[in-house]
Amino acid sequence: MSATNMDLLRFATAGSVDDGKSTLIGRLLLDSKAIFEDQLEAVEATSSAKGYDYTDLALLTDGLRSEREQGITIDVAYRYFATPNRKFIIADTPGHVQYTRNMVTGASTADLGLVLVDARQGLTEQSRRHAVILSLLRVPHLVLAVNKMDLVDFDQSIYENIYREFTQFATKLNVPDLEVIPISALQGDNVVTRSENMPWYSGPTLMHHLEHVHVASDRDLIDARFPVQYVIRPKSDEFHDYRGYAGQIAGGVLKPGDEVVVLPSGMTSRIAKIDLFDQEVPEAFPPMSVTVHLEDDVDVSRGDMIARVKNAPTPSQDIDAMICWMTTTPLQPRQKLAIKHTTRTGRALVKDVQYRLDVNTLHRDQGAGELGVNEIGRVTLRTTVPLLCDPYSKNRTTGSFVLIDEATGVTVGAGMING
Amino acid sequence: MTQTHSDYRLSQLDQLEAESIHIFREVAAEFEKPVLMFSGGKDSIVMMRLAEKAFYPAKIPFPVLQVDTGYDFPEVLATRDNWVDRLGVKLIVASVEQALADGIVIDDGKTSRNRHQIGTLLNAIEENGFTAAFGGGRRDEEKARAKERVYSHRDEFGQWDPKNQRPELWSLYNGRLHEGEHMRIFPISNWTELDIWDYIGREGIEIPSIYFSHQRRVFLRDGMLLSESEHNPLRDGEVAEERTVRFRTVGDLTLTGCVESTASTIPEIIEEVAVARVTERGATRGDDRFSEAAMEDRKKEGYF
Repeated sequence: MSATNMDLLRFATAGSVDDGKSTLIGRLLLDSKAIFEDQLEAVEATSSAKGYDYTDLALLTDGLRSEREQGITIDVAYRYFATPNRKFIIADTPGHVQYTRNMVTGASTADLGLVLVDARQGLTEQSRRHAVILSLLRVPHLVLAVNKMDLVDFDQSIYENIYREFTQFATKLNVPDLEVIPISALQGDNVVTRSENMPWYSGPTLMHHLEHVHVASDRDLIDARFPVQYVIRPKSDEFHDYRGYAGQIAGGVLKPGDEVVVLPSGMTSRIAKIDLFDQEVPEAFPPMSVTVHLEDDVDVSRGDMIARVKNAPTPSQDIDAMICWMTTTPLQPRQKLAIKHTTRTGRALVKDVQYRLDVNTLHRDQGAGELGVNEIGRVTLRTTVPLLCDPYSKNRTTGSFVLIDEATGVTVGAGMING
Repeated sequence: MTQTHSDYRLSQLDQLEAESIHIFREVAAEFEKPVLMFSGGKDSIVMMRLAEKAFYPAKIPFPVLQVDTGYDFPEVLATRDNWVDRLGVKLIVASVEQALADGIVIDDGKTSRNRHQIGTLLNAIEENGFTAAFGGGRRDEEKARAKERVYSHRDEFGQWDPKNQRPELWSLYNGRLHEGEHMRIFPISNWTELDIWDYIGREGIEIPSIYFSHQRRVFLRDGMLLSESEHNPLRDGEVAEERTVRFRTVGDLTLTGCVESTASTIPEIIEEVAVARVTERGATRGDDRFSEAAMEDRKKEGYF
C-alpha cells in the first residue's frame, strides 16, 4: 500500500450534528480504517461518561475542549483517510450561519464539497446556504448526500423530490458537476457499500464517487502563472552564478524556451531551465514548487509574476471582489487594510460596498453599506500596489486574496476577484 | 523520480511536497528570524529534507534548534549530527538540564522532562529572538492538532489560543506579528504517518536506527515497553528482558515506549503502519496519555 502513485482529493463537508455529518465522517474513517483503536476507545469512554448509550462519533471530530463542552463544532478540523488509489483530506466545517467564515475557509482549498440534507426535512435554508458558499468559492464538484433514508423507508419519491428541487436551485449557481446520492450514514447504505434497500438508485456510492471523481482537469493548464516567492542565490563557489526564481506554479505549463514576461515591470525573456531540487525538468505545471531560470539578467524579485508574453494578467489597482468578512468590527467604506495576494503584499482602501449577498436567498441588498461578521458582499477596493490578478472564476490562486487588520495583525477578510 | 507526467497529474506525495516547500519559502521570505525545531525524529527529518529541497542549491537559510532533554537516545543524536553536518546548517542545542540548573525551569520532582521542554524551548526562542519556529506536527496525530493552522500564532508568553485562531484560506499565509510574539509553522500539517514513511522510503534518507527492528533490553511500565537505561531505574516488580523491538516515535527515552516488531526495512515498516490499529502516540507516548486534552493543554502552554 505505497502512496507513491496515489492521487489526492481535498473535500469540504458542511452540516450540523443534526444532519448526521459526524456520523457520516465517522463511518468514512471507520470503513477506510483511518480510526485507530485507541481513538475509538477514547470516544467510547467519553460517550459513556456523558451517559450516552451509543458511541458519539461526533467526539472524534470535535477536538477542542470548548467544543466538547458545548457539543458543537466551531472550527475547521482536518481529517485524513486513504483508499488504495487516493488519499483524502477532509475539511470538516461547522454548518451554522454564525460560522460561515469557517466554512469559507474549509471550502477555499476543496476540490469537492459535500452537503448533507436530512431526507425527512428536505432542502433547508442551511443546505441552500452551503451550496451557495461552495459555489461562490468555486468548488468544482458538489455532492448532495440525502441522508437518513432509513427513516423515510428508503422512499424513492422523497429522494426524487429533493433531487428535483435541488437541481432547479443549482441552476442559479456555478455548479459544474453535481451528484445527488441517497444514503444512510447510520446504517451504511450507499456510503461504502451499495444499498440493497434502494434498488431504484443506479448511481455510485458516496465512497465510489469520492474515489473516482476526476479532479486533474480542474486546474487551469492554459494560462501560465508563476508568482515569484523567493530568489535563490547560493553565492557559493560551486554555484557562483546561480540565480533562480522559486515559487509554486499557479496556472498553465511552463517549459524551457518559453517566451515570458515579468510583471509588473513588463520585461521579457525566455525560460532557460526549470529546476526541481537537483534535477532539471522538461515542464512544470500546478501545483509544482520549482525554481525557474531566465536567459536574460532581468530584475525579478518576490511579488513579481512570470507569465506568457501573449497571455498575462493585467496589473490593476482597482479591485472588484466578493468578500467574506470574518471579524466583528464591520467592513466599511474608507477603511484601510493590508492585502495579501499571491506573494504580493500591499495596502487596500475600501471604496464601496456595492451590495450584501443574502447567502440563503441570493438576494442582493444594495443599501447595506457595510459587511458584518460572516457576511458576504461585493466590494470595490483601491490598492497601493497593482495586483497581478485573474478572475477567481478562472484561477483560484491568482484570483484570491486575504485582508489583514494592520493594528491587530488578524486576517479579517477573504476576497474573490470578479472578472 | 521524474515528476512530470503526460496527463499533468502529481502523485499525492508530490503534491504534499510541493505544498510544504511553498510554506518553507514563504516563511524564509517573510520572517526575519526563522528556526527549524529538529528532534532527530522522522517528522523533523522529513522537514529537513523539504527545507533542503526548498532552497537548493543554497544552504538552508536558518538554523536548527534541538531541545535536549538529557534523556535522548544516542542513536537519535548521531543521526542529528549527520544531518547537520551534511547540510552545513547551524545547530543550536537548548538543554533542559542547563535550563534547570539556571533556574529557568523549575523541577518539582513530579513533572516529566517532556514538560520541562516547554520552558526550555520558549526561553531559547526568546533568547535568540526567533520569530518563526518550524515544527513537525501533523494534523492526523491528535485531535487538538487537527484544528491547528499551518501558521500558528503564539502570544508574548508563547501560548496558543485555540479559540482565537486566524482564518487560513487558500495558500495565503498571514505572518503578521507584534513585538515579542512568534509563529509556529507546521509545514507537514497535511502529511499522515504513512506519508512520512512513504516519503522516507522514496527519498532514501537517513533516519535513526532505533526506528528499525533491533534487540533491546526493555521492561513493561504502564502498558508500555520502555528501554532499560541509567535514566530509567527499574521500580519494584519491574523486570528487564531482551526483546525484538522498534520505536514508532522518538522522544525522551524515559517516556517513549517501543513496540515488538521484526520490521527492519522501510517497506516492512510501511506494511506494519498500514495495518496498525493504535495511533503512534497512543501506543508509545506516555506524555499524551494523562488526559483527553493532554495535547491541547500542553500546546496552549507553548509545546511544539
